[in-house]
Amino acid sequence: MEHFDLPELQEMARQIRRDLMKMLMISKSGHSGGPLGLSDIFASLYFSILKIDPKNPTWPERDYFFLSAGHLCPVWYATLARRGFIPLKELSTLRKINGRLQGHPAPAYTHGVPGVEIASGALGQGLSIAVGCAIGLRLDKKPNRVYVLTGDGELDEGQIWEAMMTAGHHKVDNLIAIVDRNNCQIDNRTDKVMELEPLAEKWKSFNWHVLECNGNDIEQFLHTIKQAQELSGKPKVIIAHTFMGKGVSFMEDDYKWHGVPPNEEQGKQALSELAPTKYGDFIEFEWEKQPVEVGAK
Amino acid sequence: MPKLQSTDLKATRLGFGEALVELGRENPNVVVLGGDVTGSVRTDLFMKAFPDRFISVGVAEQDMIGTAAGLAVAGKIPFASTYGEFAVGRPFDQIRQSLAYSDLPVKICASHCGITVGPDGATHQSLEDIAIMRVLPHMTVATPCDYHQTKKMIHASMMWKHPIYIRFFRENTPVFTDVSARFEFGKADTLIEGTDVTVIACGLQVWEAILAEEILASEGISVRLLNMHTIKPLDKDAILKAAKETGAIVTAEDHQRHAGLGGAVAEVLAEQYPTPQEFVAVNDTFGESGKGDELMKKYGIAKDDVVKAVKKVLKRKKS
Ligand SMILES: Cc1ncc(C[n+]2csc(CCOP(=O)(O)OP(=O)(O)O)c2C)c(N)n1
Repeated sequence: MEHFDLPELQEMARQIRRDLMKMLMISKSGHSGGPLGLSDIFASLYFSILKIDPKNPTWPERDYFFLSAGHLCPVWYATLARRGFIPLKELSTLRKINGRLQGHPAPAYTHGVPGVEIASGALGQGLSIAVGCAIGLRLDKKPNRVYVLTGDGELDEGQIWEAMMTAGHHKVDNLIAIVDRNNCQIDNRTDKVMELEPLAEKWKSFNWHVLECNGNDIEQFLHTIKQAQELSGKPKVIIAHTFMGKGVSFMEDDYKWHGVPPNEEQGKQALSELAPTKYGDFIEFEWEKQPVEVGAK
Repeated sequence: MPKLQSTDLKATRLGFGEALVELGRENPNVVVLGGDVTGSVRTDLFMKAFPDRFISVGVAEQDMIGTAAGLAVAGKIPFASTYGEFAVGRPFDQIRQSLAYSDLPVKICASHCGITVGPDGATHQSLEDIAIMRVLPHMTVATPCDYHQTKKMIHASMMWKHPIYIRFFRENTPVFTDVSARFEFGKADTLIEGTDVTVIACGLQVWEAILAEEILASEGISVRLLNMHTIKPLDKDAILKAAKETGAIVTAEDHQRHAGLGGAVAEVLAEQYPTPQEFVAVNDTFGESGKGDELMKKYGIAKDDVVKAVKKVLKRKKS
């Protein structure tokens, strides 16, 4: 297990944001908003919370992590690369032919990357999978924990509610679900597309323990995960309030950034807002080798 | 070859239910998922024997496939079972992404398939499932022809490394395969040797074809009968051998005529050895309520339809 302290986690989250911007500038295709908003959560999971071994991705004692909303995978790839599951250089291959960084994630034993347990992309399936995995581990009396991350728009899918019922019914308490509550989806804000509130009450009424936190505050998120780990008797959900596009001023809290990459100019602007870190970028663009431009920090 | 005879009437779904209990005893990793049709699909037998390893998900087929996928990720051997239409029609996307694309060894066991499910009517008559499942990469598609073969197939599926779809039926049907016969996925059984024409059948149409062969033999027509229990991967060698040696093919199935067993056979022939073929299948239409045997006749998939198709294809046969 990696144990970054709080400043290290914050710096890593910023590095992941820089990685995201560069990956998307290279691929010219993919999702910006959700991944930026989740960088703090992914840094926390992979550098503090999850019991994993990058050298042995299928380590039988690992915690299982499922990304139900597969479109968010750029932040997963960046984090997996930073954590040593895949080479950093590979981040340039997002969505490219003959690469492993599929537009929506696939497991290594098909043609995807290590650390991915199962494919996702068609929304709504991950919670059922996590519930099944948790039940399987419990049958074997194994202590491994199961984590799954869903979007909030994704909760419109009926299968999510089937799985919520199944988890509550079977009291699957080795499971922690995290909802990325950024209030944004493709067409509009979530309350315009499909009202989810009262969301916490809904989960509660399906027999879950419900916790809420600011998902862009690493300290709060770590604290909430600890609390969740200690609760028993029911499955646990953390409604993590985040901002889509967090860290890049002109993308923040704007649903229109759900599924588009920054163009060259926007990318440069974004990078200028995200100060370089001690971890270093995975690639240096030609223009970065020039003298510092006006307006850059 | 000894003459094929029916020794008993037993349901394929019962063979499934009993085999699950045997597997449950053999391997502690076997788990079964239930979708509120447990008594019908005979997973009640497993539920009673191993209540801890029976996982009820409610009437929620999409969740059933997902939960099964997660169980497989955790190293379990999941059997997910419901009626054919609800096993593949409702959760197609879940099967495609979580099982096929992810290549996870989950067994989808579909009971009550085909038109013979009868009185429940068209909503419950799964006539498209072979087509839907065989088009998926990584998916294996198989359908047993009687109770004994169902048991063997379920046993053989336990250690299968890929997702598999197994299609069986509600009705009590003739038990005629040899208990001691070897079963292997992807290897057709030659049930009757013959030289004029080959009938390639699957599921309950195998028995119809046996009855048809008796009639045709009495008229001096020599019929070869293949039980094509695995539709994917298909036993191409057996098909090509039959085409070369008998020069005419009839396929027979309780399924739509497009893209099922007949379609699969036609794909092989068109590419490698074009041969006249007739299709005994449901003719691009939905079914209706009625008794299984009445419906088989009305929708053209009973023994007389096999006889007619054989005579028709013989007229087209190149001499
Ligand atoms: C089954 C399915 N339907 C539609 C889509 C297209 N789609 C991709 S992401 C998305 C919106 C999801 O919203 P949310 O979960 O809130 O993600 P965020 O916008 O926060 O990234 C949709 C509709 C899909 N991937 N899968």
